[in-house]
Amino acid sequence: MERKIRVLVAKPGLDGHDRGAKVVARALRDAGMEVIYTGLHQTPEMIVETAVQEDVDVIGLSLLSGAHLTLFRDVVTLLKKRGMDDVLVVGGGVIPEEDASKLKKMGVAEVFGPGTTTDEIIEFIRKNVKK
Amino acid sequence: MFDEKELSGIKKAREEWEEKSYKEYLKKHPERKKRFTTLSGLDVKALYTPEDIAHLDYLKDIGFPGMEPFLRGIHATMHRGRIWTMRMFSGFGTAEETNKRYHYLLEHGETGLSVAFDYPTLYGYDTDHPFARGEFGKCGVAVSSLKDMEILFDGIPLDKITTSMTINGPAAVIWAMYIANAERQGIPKDKIGGTIQNDILKEYIAQKSFIFPPEPSLRLIIDTFEYGSKYVPKWNTISISGYHIREAGSTAVQELAFTLADGLTYVKAAMERGLKIDDFAPRLSFFFNSHNDFFEEIAKFRAARRIWAREMKNLGAKKPRSLWMRFHTQTAGCTLTAQQPENNIVRVTLQALAAVLGGTQSLHTNSMDEALALPSEKAVLIALRTQQIIAEESNVTNTVDPLGGSYYIEWLTDKMEEEVYKYFDRIEQLGGVIPAIEKGFFQREIAESAYRYQREVDEMKRVVVGVNKYQLDEPISIPILKVDEKGERIQIERLKKLRRERDNAKVEKALNALRKAAEGDENLMPYILDCVKAYATLGETCDVLREVFGEYKEPIIY
Repeated sequence: MERKIRVLVAKPGLDGHDRGAKVVARALRDAGMEVIYTGLHQTPEMIVETAVQEDVDVIGLSLLSGAHLTLFRDVVTLLKKRGMDDVLVVGGGVIPEEDASKLKKMGVAEVFGPGTTTDEIIEFIRKNVKK
Repeated sequence: MFDEKELSGIKKAREEWEEKSYKEYLKKHPERKKRFTTLSGLDVKALYTPEDIAHLDYLKDIGFPGMEPFLRGIHATMHRGRIWTMRMFSGFGTAEETNKRYHYLLEHGETGLSVAFDYPTLYGYDTDHPFARGEFGKCGVAVSSLKDMEILFDGIPLDKITTSMTINGPAAVIWAMYIANAERQGIPKDKIGGTIQNDILKEYIAQKSFIFPPEPSLRLIIDTFEYGSKYVPKWNTISISGYHIREAGSTAVQELAFTLADGLTYVKAAMERGLKIDDFAPRLSFFFNSHNDFFEEIAKFRAARRIWAREMKNLGAKKPRSLWMRFHTQTAGCTLTAQQPENNIVRVTLQALAAVLGGTQSLHTNSMDEALALPSEKAVLIALRTQQIIAEESNVTNTVDPLGGSYYIEWLTDKMEEEVYKYFDRIEQLGGVIPAIEKGFFQREIAESAYRYQREVDEMKRVVVGVNKYQLDEPISIPILKVDEKGERIQIERLKKLRRERDNAKVEKALNALRKAAEGDENLMPYILDCVKAYATLGETCDVLREVFGEYKEPIIY
């Protein structure tokens, strides 16, 4: 039997807006993926540590506070340090287009802004996950 | 509400209409949907008639504005007498930048201030704390000490303008800074007016910017009630908030039920402490969301007033003011779309109109660019102008509760009230609001509703113009506010200088006194005031309380 895609849905930083993260976590689970949700207030170190421990294929970062450039970068950098470059990192939140381009250059595979359907996210993960 | 004979005549005529007109018409022209519902999922019929409100007693259930049950408004004249306060929630970057925005808004006709703090401030951390990384000034202004508060309100007369502050975990500390700053301006604390949000229950339920566990948090809140009723009588010491519950994904019914349940929990806690209900109840205020379902929102505001008046009376309140449900409204941020952002101006107009027709005391209108970033100056001006147009051009303010008496509105108001009491029963069965939070009840209810809503949008059962229908294939191009990165350095320098130059012995003494008081059961407000006046920082003051009270960790539910 094929191994299920393992996804870590994570809330970096102090942001408490967890509606999107929870909706996405549940949609991914309903789509047959194995989902681990970190809960709130995670430092980038905690997120990467959980990703290592749980051996995930995908990390979904959700942030609506505006601190995405700093915190997403930290996660991607730490992943590289731990040799986990093959983990697919995606992000979502209140993120202007200009910042989304910057995030992609840093190594975030895709940024899902407001209005994205959960199906688009599921499809993107299935197509791009490296297993 | 109607006499039996009249009612039976109406019933007969309505049945005839259904058979001869409605059903006949349906044969050739079916309705667009099998089922019509409100956004909360309540079934809506094609037509409402006197039959649907026949069970209501006009004098008892509807009545007159300014009188029980306050369904039609808390004041006799409502917006004929005074327009609601136009209060735009704003804050970003440094205190200097936000102060400039406040002056800008006041110059353009804003009538009250509303402070948005950044995340570190909301959690009681100073800007130089490791957890503050990347968050400085991003979703609000950073206030780490009285010094920042002084800059934030520079040139703003605190005896003439009221200020609302969205702060919860560290509300007592931020309020103390505001009081201390007013005193520095020469304004005694009994002359200042405003609101601290100070509603920790909805933080556990929805907004999630909590610090301490429920019990010490409630203690701090009751401390502010008590202190306010004695020394700061014009201050609303809490704004019991449904806004964030709704933004987290709840329905209108859940927003209303959970908010009122929270409110009653505070009232009971204060009474258990020995406070007299009529001493503190007049300073309780509320904060609701205004979402897309126009009539449902209006019904929600009306029902809120009637339920609150009834419940407060049941708890023994005697003063009419104690029965008043006074509320601020903000249009629903979660309805804003990143796509075709100009459409948001129209959404906000409808939501704002619902709030006004629902009898709001104060209103924030969202800016069209807020699904992308904090609002630009231009966007916030349009949002303010939206309120001014409703207030001064539309004439909806000419009469009190203009939708009162509408068969649909009265039925829906009553229906929402009925649904609210069903939730009250469920919360009661769980042992009250705090046990229900600990069991994850509210969080689960909200997550369910949020997921259902998203599925409906994804499956095209719910239209979002510009997002799942009428899309445009062109990039989004509106100017976006950028928070100046230099601000963080300025702020950290200011903090370092403050810690160097203040009387550190005095700071330590004040913090130690606070620690000792926190370990006992005295009212902490005077101790907190001493700390902030000695220029102890927000982080230092909250750290003392963290040591004594511990920190809250939430159950994970999705």
